[in-house]
Amino acid sequence: MTDITPDHEGPGARQGGSIMRQTARTRKRNAAERRFEMYGMAAIAFGVFALIWLLTTILSNGLSSFSQTYITIPVAFAEETLDPEGNRNRAEMQKVTTFSYKPLIGEALIEAVDAGNMRPEGMPDAEIAAMVSNDAAAQLRDRVLADPKMIGTEETVEILAGGRIDGYLKGRVTMASAELDRNVTPDQLRLAGVMEGNGLLEKRLNWRFLTAPDASENRPEVAGLGVAILGSAYMMLIVLVLALPIGVAASIYLEEFAPTNRLTDIIEVNISNLAAVPSIVFGILGLAIFINFLGLPQSAPIVGGLVLTLMTLPTIIISTRASLKSVPPSIRDAALGVGASKMQAVFHHVLPLAMPGILTGTIIGLAQALGETAPLLLIGMVAFVREFPDAPPEGFFDPASALPVQIYNWTQRADPAFVERASGAIIVLLGFLLVMNIIAIVLRRRFERRW
Amino acid sequence: MSLIWLFAILLALAVAGYWMTRRRAMTSAGGDVRKLHSLPNYYGMNAAMLSLAPALIVLFVWLLAQPLLVDATVTRMIPDEAIPDASNRGLVMSDVRRVSNGLDALVDAGRMSAQEARDLSTDSDDIRASMAEVGVALGSDVRPEVLRAAQRYRLLTGRGDLARNVIVVLIALAGAGLAYRRTTHEFRARNAVERGMSLLLLGAASIAILTTIGIVLSMLTETGRFFSQYPWTEFFFSTNWQPRFGGGSDLGFLPLLWGTLYISIIALIVAVPVGLFSAIYLSEYATGRIRAVAKPMIEILAGIPTIVYGLFALITVGPLLRDWFAQPLGLGNSGSSVMTAGLVMGIMLIPFVSSLSDDIINAVPQSLRDGSFGLGATKSETIRQVILPAALPGIVGAVLLAASRAIGETMIVVLGAGASARMDLNPFEAMTTITVKIVSQLTGDTDFNSPETLVAFALGLTLFVLTLGLNVFALYIVRRYREQYE
Repeated sequence: MTDITPDHEGPGARQGGSIMRQTARTRKRNAAERRFEMYGMAAIAFGVFALIWLLTTILSNGLSSFSQTYITIPVAFAEETLDPEGNRNRAEMQKVTTFSYKPLIGEALIEAVDAGNMRPEGMPDAEIAAMVSNDAAAQLRDRVLADPKMIGTEETVEILAGGRIDGYLKGRVTMASAELDRNVTPDQLRLAGVMEGNGLLEKRLNWRFLTAPDASENRPEVAGLGVAILGSAYMMLIVLVLALPIGVAASIYLEEFAPTNRLTDIIEVNISNLAAVPSIVFGILGLAIFINFLGLPQSAPIVGGLVLTLMTLPTIIISTRASLKSVPPSIRDAALGVGASKMQAVFHHVLPLAMPGILTGTIIGLAQALGETAPLLLIGMVAFVREFPDAPPEGFFDPASALPVQIYNWTQRADPAFVERASGAIIVLLGFLLVMNIIAIVLRRRFERRW
Repeated sequence: MSLIWLFAILLALAVAGYWMTRRRAMTSAGGDVRKLHSLPNYYGMNAAMLSLAPALIVLFVWLLAQPLLVDATVTRMIPDEAIPDASNRGLVMSDVRRVSNGLDALVDAGRMSAQEARDLSTDSDDIRASMAEVGVALGSDVRPEVLRAAQRYRLLTGRGDLARNVIVVLIALAGAGLAYRRTTHEFRARNAVERGMSLLLLGAASIAILTTIGIVLSMLTETGRFFSQYPWTEFFFSTNWQPRFGGGSDLGFLPLLWGTLYISIIALIVAVPVGLFSAIYLSEYATGRIRAVAKPMIEILAGIPTIVYGLFALITVGPLLRDWFAQPLGLGNSGSSVMTAGLVMGIMLIPFVSSLSDDIINAVPQSLRDGSFGLGATKSETIRQVILPAALPGIVGAVLLAASRAIGETMIVVLGAGASARMDLNPFEAMTTITVKIVSQLTGDTDFNSPETLVAFALGLTLFVLTLGLNVFALYIVRRYREQYE
C-alpha cells in the first residue's frame, strides 16, 4: 500500500495541484455537504422553535388565569334587608334574592372609596358600584346563608372584582381600550389603580379556577374548570375500566392464541385501520349508535367514555401486543414444560412480565383520550353545564363537560377574558398530560425488563 | 329493583356457586387434591363462569331490545292527528318517556302511590307543576293521549323489568346448578374454564370488527336517508354550499373538498421537508447529545392535543399572518385562513413525518452507507443517492399517512380555517373543510330528519372512505416497493 503523500502525482490525479489544496469540484461538494447539514439543523430549529413559540404563547396568555383580583372592604350586613323577620330562619332568608345584596356591596365600596378620598373627580356612584363582579352578590349571599350570624354585623370581606378591572391589573385592559368599551370606563381603571396602591384591591391565587363550574358569557371572572375536570375524570375512569381489560384480552388472543386464518387476518387489518380513522368519525358513531339508537343521554360522561374507549382500543392493543411479543418464548416453554396449560403459561407468566409495557401503553392511550375534542363535540358535550354531576355510577349519566371541550367553548365566546381562561385551561390540561407521561416513562424505566 | 342490585345478586350467586362447587369437588376427591383432575379453583371458576356469562349476555340483549319493543308498542297508541304540526313522532315519544320518568319520580318521592300514578288523568291534576317539584321539567302541559301513552309505557317497562330480573336470575341459578351437578373429581374443569376463556378473548378481539361495522352501518343508513331526500349528483358535483334551516339548501360537497385538500397540501408542504430533514439530521448527523435533547422536543409536539394547536392558530398565528402578510399584501383581512390552518397543521404533523421517516432511514442497512463512503461519497451524497432512494417507498407511505391525518384533522381547522365554503386560490382567505362542516351540522339542536343534519353523515362517510383509501394505498406502496435486505 502506498501512502498518499502531498507531492504524489499518479495517473488521472488532480492536474498540477496538491491534495491539500481543494479543487473547485471538491469545494463545491464540501459546500453542498455543509449546506445539506444546515438544512437539517434548520429543520430541527424550526421544530424546536415552533414548540417553544406554542408553549410561550399559551403560558403568557394563560398563567394569569391562576390569579384573580379581589377587593377587600368592610361590608355592613344590614338586618332589615337580609332578614326582614329577624328570626334567622334559613327558609325565609333564602327568599331574599341577590338583588338585595347588590346595593350592600355597592354602598360599602363607595364608602370605602370616599373614606380613603380616592374617588376620581366627577365619577358617579353607579360606576364605582359597577366595579365588582356580577357574581359577587351571589357569592356574598351564599356566605350569609351558610353563616347567618354575620347579619347585623360589619365584616371585612373579599369581593370579586369585575372582569375588566381584573384585566386592567393583568395588563389586558388599557385606558385606550376602556374608552371604546361599554363595560368599563377609564375612571374605573384609574380608581382601580389607586385602590391597588392603597391595598384595597389585590391579585391573589385563584383556586376557584380549578374548582368552580363554568359561568355565563358576561362573567368570565368566575368561570372555572370544576365540572370539566370532574367530567374528564369520569370519562378517563370509564376508558380505563373498559379499554384496559378488553384491549389486553384482545391482544392476548391475537398474540398467543389466534390461529392463522381468515378471521384473524380480518381482525388484524381492522385494528390497524381503526387506529387511522379520524377521531371525528368516532363521534359520528357515538351519536348514531349510543345516543340515537340506544337512547343514552346527551353530554353524559358514559357516552364520551364509550366513544373514547373505542378510539383508544387500537392504541392499547398495538402497544400491548408489542410488549407481549417482547417476552421471550423461553418463558412460555418453561411453563409448558412443567405442565402448565397454555392459558396458565400466558396468565401466570407472560402477562405479569409484560405488565409494565402494557401499563405504559395504556397511560399513553389515556393521555391521548384526555386531549381528544372532536368526537365529544358531536355527542353534545358542548352544552353549557353548571351543575356538578353526581357521584358515580349515577353521575356517569348526568350532563358534564370535559377539559378540551371547555377550552373550545371558551374560545367561542366574545369577551377576550375567555381567551385567558382557555389558555389557563390548556395549562391545566397539559399539566395532566405531563404527569401521565412522566408516570409512563418512570414505569418503563423502572420495571421494563430487557432480555 | 335497579340494575345495580341485579348485578349484586348475580355476583353473589356466582361467588356462592364458586364456593359450593369447589367444596363439592374436594368432597368427591375425599379431601385429597391429588385425586382431582384440575386444581380445586377451576371447579369453582367453572361454576362462576356458567352462572355469570349466559346471564350477562341475556341481560345485555334484553337491555337493548326492551326499549325498542316498548317504543314500538306505545307509539301505536298515538294517532297521527295527535301529533302537533311543528312536531314529529320522535319528539312526542320523547315527551312520553319524560312523563313516564316523571311518574316514576313522583312515586319514588312518595307523592303518589303506584295506583294513583296508574289512574292519573289530565283533567283532575296539574301534572306539569307536580312534576316540576320533583325535578322533571316539561315544556308544556301534558296532553291526555301523551299521559295515557306514558302510563302504558311505564306499565310495560315495569313488567319488562320484572320479567328481565326473574329470567336473568333463573338463568344464573341454572348455570350454577349445572356446574354443581357435573362436578366430580374426574370432571375436566380446567379444560372447560379455558375453553370459556378463549371464547371471551375472541369476543374481546372481535370488538374491533364490531366497531368498524358500527361505523359503516351507522353512516351508511343515515347517508341512505340523506340521499333519499337530496340528489346525490347535487351533493357530489355542486360547487355551492349553503345550508338553510327550513329547506331549500344547496349542499354541494366540492367547496368543502377543495378547502380540505388546500389546507392539507399546505400542511404537507410545511411538514414533509421539515420532518424529513429533521429525521435525516437526527439519524445521520446529530451527536448523541443533540439527539438526546432535540428528539424528545420534536416528539412533544406529537403529544400536544389538537385543541391546543387550534387555540394557537386562533390567537397567535392567525392574527400574525393577517397583520404581517395578508393585509400589507392586500390579500384579505381574515384571521382564520387556509394559510393559518395549514401552517399550524404542518407543525402538528412534523413529529409524525419525522418519527416515521426516522424508523425507515434507520432500517437501511449500514453496509449501504459504508459502501458509498468507501467509493468516496460525502455524507450528503450518500444520503441523497443511496439512503433516500432505498427508503423512498417508506417515505412515500409516511407522507400518505400524514395526508390522511391532515384530511381528518378537526380542531385546528374548526378554530383556524373559518366557516365559509368557497373555492378560491387565495391562501389568506377563510375556507372550510369537511370536518368543520360535520361539526357545525351536528352540534346544537338538530333534527335528524332534515337533509341539513343528515348531510353530516354523508360527509363523515366520504371522510372515512378518503382516509381509509389513503391508508390502504400507503400500506400497499410500502409492501409493494419495499427493498428486502438480508
